[in-house]
Amino acid sequence: MSIFVDENTKVVYQGLTGSQGRYYGLLNRDYGTQVVAGTNPKKAGTDVDGIPVYANVAEAREATGANASCIFIPAPGVKSAVLEAAEAGIEFIVAITEGVPAHDEAYFYNKLKADFPDTRLLGPNCPGIISPGKANIGITAGHIAKEGGPVGIVSRSGTLTYQALYELKQKDIGVTTCVGIGGDPVPGTSFIDCLRAFEADPATRAVMMIGEIGGSAEEEAAEFIKSSMTKPVASYVAGVTAPPGKKMGHAGAIVSGGKGTAQAKMEALTDAGVRVGQNPTEAGELMAEIVAGL
Amino acid sequence: MDLLEYQGKQFFASYGIPVSDGEATSSVDEAVAIADRIGYPVVVKAQVHTGGRGKAGGVKLAADAEECRTHATNILGLDIKGHIVEIIWVERASDIAEEYYASFTLDRSAKKYLGMLSAEGGVEIEAVAEENPDAIARIHVDPVEGLSEEACRAWVAAANLNPQATEGAVDILMKLYTAYVDGDADLVEINPLILKPTGEVHALDAKVSLDGNAIYEHPDYAQYDATQPRDEREEAANEKGLQYVGLEGSVGVIANGAGLAMSTVDVVNQVGGKPANFLDIGGGANADVMAGALEVINNDPEVKSILINIFGGITRGEEVANGILEAMKRVTIDAPIVIRLDGTNATEGRAILEPELDDKLMMEPTMLDAARRAVELAQG
Repeated sequence: MSIFVDENTKVVYQGLTGSQGRYYGLLNRDYGTQVVAGTNPKKAGTDVDGIPVYANVAEAREATGANASCIFIPAPGVKSAVLEAAEAGIEFIVAITEGVPAHDEAYFYNKLKADFPDTRLLGPNCPGIISPGKANIGITAGHIAKEGGPVGIVSRSGTLTYQALYELKQKDIGVTTCVGIGGDPVPGTSFIDCLRAFEADPATRAVMMIGEIGGSAEEEAAEFIKSSMTKPVASYVAGVTAPPGKKMGHAGAIVSGGKGTAQAKMEALTDAGVRVGQNPTEAGELMAEIVAGL
Repeated sequence: MDLLEYQGKQFFASYGIPVSDGEATSSVDEAVAIADRIGYPVVVKAQVHTGGRGKAGGVKLAADAEECRTHATNILGLDIKGHIVEIIWVERASDIAEEYYASFTLDRSAKKYLGMLSAEGGVEIEAVAEENPDAIARIHVDPVEGLSEEACRAWVAAANLNPQATEGAVDILMKLYTAYVDGDADLVEINPLILKPTGEVHALDAKVSLDGNAIYEHPDYAQYDATQPRDEREEAANEKGLQYVGLEGSVGVIANGAGLAMSTVDVVNQVGGKPANFLDIGGGANADVMAGALEVINNDPEVKSILINIFGGITRGEEVANGILEAMKRVTIDAPIVIRLDGTNATEGRAILEPELDDKLMMEPTMLDAARRAVELAQG
């Protein structure tokens, strides 16, 4: 089992005809993902290496039965791309694009909540999602993940997500699903959404959570873990030594007024019974201990 | 990007929010000319990206031209917490009956906009929030629905402002909301928002932070570039498309991905070293990008060793290794380099680096080992 996506997920790539969309769309197909369509209003009727291109998501869904979408559209077009996918009835939208204005994110997050409650958005500014051996949607390198479980991964950071997958593979530990929720101020899918899904997924027996400085998502996740999770969690939070008030590459990673520090997050997680590593390797070792004891 | 007070006031004025009549200048003579035009008394205010201007002597009231000249002379060039004053704002002094606080920002937990309004303005709002949280009236605004005048009125009523201020406050807050949303701001804050003895409400200060991701929608925001706080190292890196944050230590850090770069900075600290910087070269690691990163690090005289921490995802280890070697041919590096290369095809990548290793180029198997070695070299 896995969460959110599996071998039956059919994906339409919004922006498949662009260089990034094409590159990752084809890589995802090579991995085994059902990449059924692309969209581009100016290139409808053409194809990308055999993948048919439609004018819009509604037509692509009608023709192919796509139930997920992956967005590689430049930042100014992401708001309308997300709404287009939701209006077409897509259930799972993955927005890879970085640099989306915060007001756009706040708008489409709330629009989806109100008018399309059954649609889940992942991102923007995220590496995507991989259920190893079943589907890889986004920019994660598929071969660094070992399939099968028992660990689910949820992460706010791209390269640290890869690092986590890789550390587990080195230890011969499989992963049910790895979700990169992205580091932007208004992520479509939160830590808690993923933790809840992992808790309900019988194949996932432990969860690795990778956080970052800024915001209060890790603290909220800690509360959820304390109150609602039975499965063990290991964690790492990046930015322990980041100077206050400095932006470290992610819009979400801002420390201000003593809130959102890595220290505060690690304390909240430890208090919730989570085993917290001081660096990604240590978190991987802690997870290996947890898995050995399952 | 953070605006200076006068830019914030001009931003507010463009949305119809009343601000004091004033002008910015870098010259003492011009300051006096501005004051003569707008009429005395005036306030001369230092324009710097830091708080505590008043305490540092950066805000002065001038009753006449002579006082204005004295204050302008003293404030220009003043050092306020390391920020040298290059611009002053001269504005008409206001009579103040009461001081309030108003702001809009994003509540990341609620994923909605948060408006805050308080009758206790003119002081640090953090202190109010801590000591007397009930003194702040909060309103959550759904970005899809927007702020209705009805909701705004209820919010103002909840803040217990002087009833005289109600109409003016509602008008300003509706405009402030429009400025916040249409202007793609991360934060708009007025502290103090004042009630004058004559009953008018007016923004006496302006704190505005704009969303850098939305600049494509606002070409005029390019004008704010010139007054952003500068770090020469950061500028050089930004020109090369690299994400750089200057720190104070001696271990130069290069990593791919913001999370890994942050994590590398953490590990350097954990093993007793001090990172000189945070530098994220993005997902890939080709020769061009790596050469650019090494140049930036090399220009920092404090750097005594360099730690390159690359995790290959889509990028393969061979490409990373060749990129590093190619970059080293192009840039003459003074400090010794320690590499940690892991991920996709790491074995192949390490095999390429192996024959090139010496006392200037070293390789360690793990992030922790690499950090230890780099710190030893920096301290050695």
